[in-house]
Parts: sequence; C-alpha cells; structure tokens
Amino acid sequence: MVRGRIAAPSVLPGFGLTFGFTAFFLSAVILLPLAALVIRALEIPPGELLRLLADERALASYRLSFGAAGLAAAINAIFGFVVAWSLVRYDFPGRRLLDTMIDLPFALPTAVSGIALVTVFSPGGWLGGPLALAGVEVAYTRLGVVVALVLIGLPFVVRSVQPALVEVHRDLEDAAESLGAGGFAVFRRIILPTVLPALATGFTLAFARGIGEYGSIVFISGNLPFETEITPLLIVTRLEQFDYAGAAALGFFMLATSFVMLLAINAVQGWGQRRLGLGAGR
Amino acid sequence: MTRGARAARIALLAISFGFLGLLLIAPLGAVLAQAFASGFGGWLSSLADPDTVASIRLTLLTAAIVVPVNTLFGIAAAWAVARFEFRGKSLLVTLIDLPLAISPVVAGLVLVFLFGAHGWFGGWLIERGFSVIFAVPGIVLATIFISFPYVARELIPLMQQQGSDDEVAALSLGARPWTSFVRITLPKIRWGLLYGVILCNARVMGEFGAVSVVSGHIRGLTNTMPLQVEILYNEYDFVAAFAVASLLALLAILTLVAKTLVEWRSRTAGR
Repeated sequence: MVRGRIAAPSVLPGFGLTFGFTAFFLSAVILLPLAALVIRALEIPPGELLRLLADERALASYRLSFGAAGLAAAINAIFGFVVAWSLVRYDFPGRRLLDTMIDLPFALPTAVSGIALVTVFSPGGWLGGPLALAGVEVAYTRLGVVVALVLIGLPFVVRSVQPALVEVHRDLEDAAESLGAGGFAVFRRIILPTVLPALATGFTLAFARGIGEYGSIVFISGNLPFETEITPLLIVTRLEQFDYAGAAALGFFMLATSFVMLLAINAVQGWGQRRLGLGAGR
Repeated sequence: MTRGARAARIALLAISFGFLGLLLIAPLGAVLAQAFASGFGGWLSSLADPDTVASIRLTLLTAAIVVPVNTLFGIAAAWAVARFEFRGKSLLVTLIDLPLAISPVVAGLVLVFLFGAHGWFGGWLIERGFSVIFAVPGIVLATIFISFPYVARELIPLMQQQGSDDEVAALSLGARPWTSFVRITLPKIRWGLLYGVILCNARVMGEFGAVSVVSGHIRGLTNTMPLQVEILYNEYDFVAAFAVASLLALLAILTLVAKTLVEWRSRTAGR
C-alpha cells in the first residue's frame, strides 16, 4: 500500500465516490446518533450513573433479559440442531416448505409474532388451554418471554448449523459404524465436534438478538416491574416518564452489551475457523 | 437402513414437526383465524377504517423512502469494500453490521437524544417548526437505522466472490465507468441485490421497537402498520388488530416466497 493514500492503487474507478458516500452516510445515520447517546450517558455524574444502572428494578430487568435470552438460545441449540439435522439428512414430503418456513421469524414483524403468541398461549388459546390444565402458565409470565425468544432465535441456530452439517464427512460416520461405534458414539465423536463451532455461533447470535428483542415480548410478558419487565421495555418506560438520565444510562448499558456481543460473535467464529482448520491438517 | 436408524429418523422428524408446528404454524394460523373471526366482511371493514388506511399509507411511504436509500448505500458500500483494499476496511464492515446487534429500542432512543425537544439538534429544529421526533422524519430515520445493513450484507460477499476481471476488461477496452457498472456489474449482482432489497423491505415494513420509541403513536398521523396493530390490540379490538396483522403476515409470506424464488434463480443463473 502506498504511503499517504487511503486505498491501494487500482484501475477500477469510483473509490472516492463510493467510500466517501459510505463513510459519510454511516457517520451521519449510525455513528452520530450513537455518539449522542454515549455522551448523554457520560454527562451523568459517575456515582449517579452507577446508581441508575444498579437500581433494583434495572437489575431485575437484566436478570430477565439475559436469563431468558440464554435459556431460549440453549433451547434453540437443542431443537434447532434437531430441525437442521432433519432438513439436511432426511428426505420427506414438505421438506422444502419446512426449510422456507424456518425464516418466518425473520420475515414476520415482531408485533405480529407477539400478538400471535399471546393468542396461542393465553389460557383460552389453542395451546394455553391444555397447558393451563397441566398447571403451566405461559402468557404474562417469564416463561412467555422465553417462548417469544425461542421463536425469534430459531432461524439463527438452524441457519448456522445447516451448512456445517452438510460438511460432516459421511464416510467417517460409515467407517465408525462399520468399526462397531453406536449411534451415540458417532454423534459425540464425529458429528458434534464438526458442528460445534456452528452451534456456538448460532447460540451467540440468538442470545445477542434475544437481549435486545422488544416487539415480540411486550405483548406476551405482561410487563410487570421486577417480574416480567425486560430491559428494553424499562428504557421505554423511563423515556415515557421523561426520565432521560435513566433512559440514557440503560441505553448506554445495552449499547455496551451489543459491542461485547459483537466481539463474542467474532471470537466464536474465529475459534470455529481455527478449530476446523486444525482438524483438516491432522 | 437399520432398525435403530429408522426409529431415530421417525423420532427426530416428529420432534422437528412438533417444535415448528407449535412455534411457527400455530401462531401464523392464529393470526389468520382471528383476522377472519367475523368473516371476510368484518376483515374488510376493519381495514377500511381511516386510521388503519393512514397507517398502511405511512408504512408504504416509509418503505418508498428507506428501501431506495439503503439500496443505494448498500451498492456503494459493497463497491468500496469488495473492489478496493484500504485501511480500516474490517472496521468499516463491522460498523455496517452494527445495527443488527443493537436493540431496536436503543436505535429509537439515540434519535431522541439527537432530535428530541432536549436533544442536540431538536431544540433548534423545533424552534423553526420542524419536528423529527413524534413525526414522520423520525420514523424514517429510525427505520433507516435498523434496516441499514441488509443490502450491503448480501452484496459484499457476492461481489468479493465474483471479482472484478470483467469490469477491468471493459474499462481497458474503453468503456465509461457508468457504462461498465450498468452493463456488467448490475447484471452480475442483480439476484443478490434483489434478495437484499426483499429482506430490507420486510424489515422496514415490519419494524416495531425503534419506530415505537420515536412515533408518539398519534392516530392517523404517526402510526405505522405494526404500531396500529399494537393500538388496536391494546383497545381489545382484536378483529381489527388481527386484520392489520394478517396483512403483515401476508407480507412475510410473500417475502419468503420471493426469497425462495430468488435463491432458486440465482442458483440456476450461476450455472
């Protein structure tokens, strides 16, 4: 690269125009607004900022947001793996349709998912009725938050695991089986090690999305402070009460969490690439 | 197939169908069942409500502004990132993906701190009679924020993989840059571009959290379709809420169909 130039020389035109537009637009639309939030939060005296962040109600909301997102991502890691396995390994009527449906949570507006889930899981609903008889309440409980996040996170896990499952060497499985390995041993020793990085990526993506999710949760959770109030909802509440410092503090915390999650996703993907690269060299 | 493998297959397929049935099919069915609970006439008259019509119009207007803007940005960003080597490239790519990692509520909140009555520019703008927060410009900006990466994310890997040999050949034979772009680059990326635009549009029309923070929920003025669903639902007007929701569900299904078609076309076109 030539010193003093931003870009390496190229015969292709348009670097100045496209890079300039990209950088300007990104700064104006994303970075400037984010800077406004960060500066607003850091204007709060440190002691006060800490008090706002460690407030009992805020702590309860973190526990719910992180706990429910983690639990939902774990459920998705298990069931998402089974679904991805079914789609990759088995041929059955409706497979293409089912494969397309996996992306429904991406395409369906979150508010629609939200009211649809309440309708299905409320005590008068198709599933809520039978579940209520069994003593399980989903709507307006923490369990409802988990159910909504399982819906939202599902495509992240399935879409991460599917390509990795295609890569598993079938001949290794066959060899292991011919040497007398049982189904579980093949799964644990051959399939899982190959798919683990993709599963970890899917888990992290689903977890990251779950922490920030709002639309699909607010309808089913009931929004009780200390009980079923997620952090994004608490931000909205603070804002509606004109408590700008409180909203800024929590927003700052959520933004910092987003950066940590981005780093975590990069770390997991890097780990996966190193791991698979190593496996191929052995 | 051994007996054990056959049993495993049946069990795993049953789990998959059960899980997806509970999680995807049942809620989608519930939306449609509720929307048509008082017949087709009830569905239609719910949608004819003036505030609902206004919300549909606002959602279409927002998409008509945001999708082209983000498409233009996506093409420019992909050209810069995929065709040139420059310092800070990986940082730029990370920043483009950033909105996907940020809570929609935070996306709305940052705009309040910029353009709200107490925000950096809000006071100045409001003195001059121009509102961003609790008005249409805020909705447009919030929607640009959250749907910003979709086109760029599809195009960057595609254009990196395709390389620039064709463009270099055209330029060395004397083609003008614009001609080379329109005649060579665009046809090569069209399916990926369409895919990105479809995903971007679905996110734009369906966005709830970010828009909810900046909209102010003023009936007939600043309610998009998802916000109209919320208001109607909270007023226990379930038939109307689900009627609007059914339109959004239809949009989601159309998005999936279009996405599948585009994936299929780009696979066959690639051969």
